[in-house]
Amino acid sequence: MPSAFKHTLFIVAPLLAVFAVLPGVYENHLLLFNFVIFLILAQGVNIIYGFTGYLPFGYVGFFGAGAYGFAILVMHYQAPAVIAVLAAGLVGVALGLLLTPLLRLSGAYFAIANLAASLAVLHFVANPALENITRGPYGVSLTGTFNPTLAYSAALAVLALTLGAVVFLKNSGFGLALQAVREDAVSASMAGVNVVRMRVIAWLASALVAGLAGGVYAWYVSVFYPDNVFSGDFSIFAIVFALFGGVATISGPIVGVIILYGIYNLIGFTTPQYFQLIYGLLIMGLVLFLPAGLVSLATRRGWHVP
Amino acid sequence: MSPESAPILNVSNVVKRFGGFHALDGLSFHCAPGEILGLVGPNGSGKTTAINVISGLYAPDGGEVTFDGASLGGVASHRLVHRGINRTFQIPKPFLSLTVRQNIAVALAYGRAAVAPPEMAALLDEYRLADVADRPAADLNNAQQKMLDLVRALATRPRLLLLDELAAGLNPAELDWIAERIKALAQGGMAIIVVEHLMGFIEHITDRVIVMNAGKEIFEGKLAVAVQVPQVIEVFLGGEHAA
Repeated sequence: MPSAFKHTLFIVAPLLAVFAVLPGVYENHLLLFNFVIFLILAQGVNIIYGFTGYLPFGYVGFFGAGAYGFAILVMHYQAPAVIAVLAAGLVGVALGLLLTPLLRLSGAYFAIANLAASLAVLHFVANPALENITRGPYGVSLTGTFNPTLAYSAALAVLALTLGAVVFLKNSGFGLALQAVREDAVSASMAGVNVVRMRVIAWLASALVAGLAGGVYAWYVSVFYPDNVFSGDFSIFAIVFALFGGVATISGPIVGVIILYGIYNLIGFTTPQYFQLIYGLLIMGLVLFLPAGLVSLATRRGWHVP
Repeated sequence: MSPESAPILNVSNVVKRFGGFHALDGLSFHCAPGEILGLVGPNGSGKTTAINVISGLYAPDGGEVTFDGASLGGVASHRLVHRGINRTFQIPKPFLSLTVRQNIAVALAYGRAAVAPPEMAALLDEYRLADVADRPAADLNNAQQKMLDLVRALATRPRLLLLDELAAGLNPAELDWIAERIKALAQGGMAIIVVEHLMGFIEHITDRVIVMNAGKEIFEGKLAVAVQVPQVIEVFLGGEHAA
């Protein structure tokens, strides 16, 4: 059995099935929706960080731009929600194209420049002078398209697409070449790999994923302010979840989201006074003892982790 | 195996500056298919810079490099690989977290070899990497990493191969073995440029050497003749030999 098929059958399909069934048996739909959103965003971070080594501290920029892309299409063009979600993805890609010069930077320089870029987009969108277009700081209300059930299904579709992309990267020569670029760009070019093109493709793919996620998020919540959809928490959570599980794998970011976002919701609400402490200790422990994520517990033993 | 054919690589009057330092200061030479050319000279004489310019990592500040009749000016490294130029690195640079097999697979898939690319199994066998094929490249010793670096280059079927201190750190048995492999590659029609400090190795495998000093050629010919030339002895072998 080809490994791409195995990964789809044993990881992607069960995960999608569980999240398709859960709303029928569990009442907190918003929580389930947020899980799906973070599964998408953590895999989006996986695409750009796990496969190319660029740490996108401003990843939320694409998410927020997608949310506003959705809102503008619905508010000004009365677009159907599904079309507006697709447009949100394209807005993410457009912002990604605009930011491709950032790929000339590396390491912390890239991370900081990306963070600054996401703040710039936030302040652009929240500018009161653009009230006629974005509603500026006053937020948007999209009652016309409000339909959490459909929005949840759309989120699952985006998750399926994202997981499909990661399965492809994990099992293709293209994904291997991307990892080669991450390991050593000069050697990769000497293997015949067009380094710049590969990086741009991965960057735009992860921008597309975040843009689509922002679109379905806007559809689901319907009412939001710039600070909601450009909140740095989205970037930080997505990065921490992906790193905690282990990047450049399919399962790592999934494990990271389930465990960390699970803990966040368990202790964050019941005993918030301990939450920051436990969370902080977990992340410090990870950085100190498992820098390659939870999956490295298995890979260190020589097991193959998909 | 003295080559009769026209040069495939022409380096003419190439200048490369780093700030005020002239790493290459009007360097000219050529290399023909089937030829093994040695680049020798003291540290800092510009050997590796020459390789970096030919393989597209550095853009020259003057002069021209032509390969197969076409100028290489401004052509990206991966395109040079597709045209048939490849190299190894003084300090090997494998993709550390990928397995040996995956390292080679990238070059086989993206090298766009003009002729049918070599077989993975044959490469692993010929360069003694079969036993470690499924281990991450990070687990390899230095000699194995050098072989992997060479195989990564060969997987793209180069017509010009630049070897930057491939032999350094190999034991005598490995040196003899790799010398035979390099000669066999040249006999197959590959043009090969070897940068090396091991003079015995250079003498054994090259047809001709360029002796470099301060970014310029100071001698061209057989190494056996070079060592008789006072200027070469002075700058290259050191003052104590000149007497």
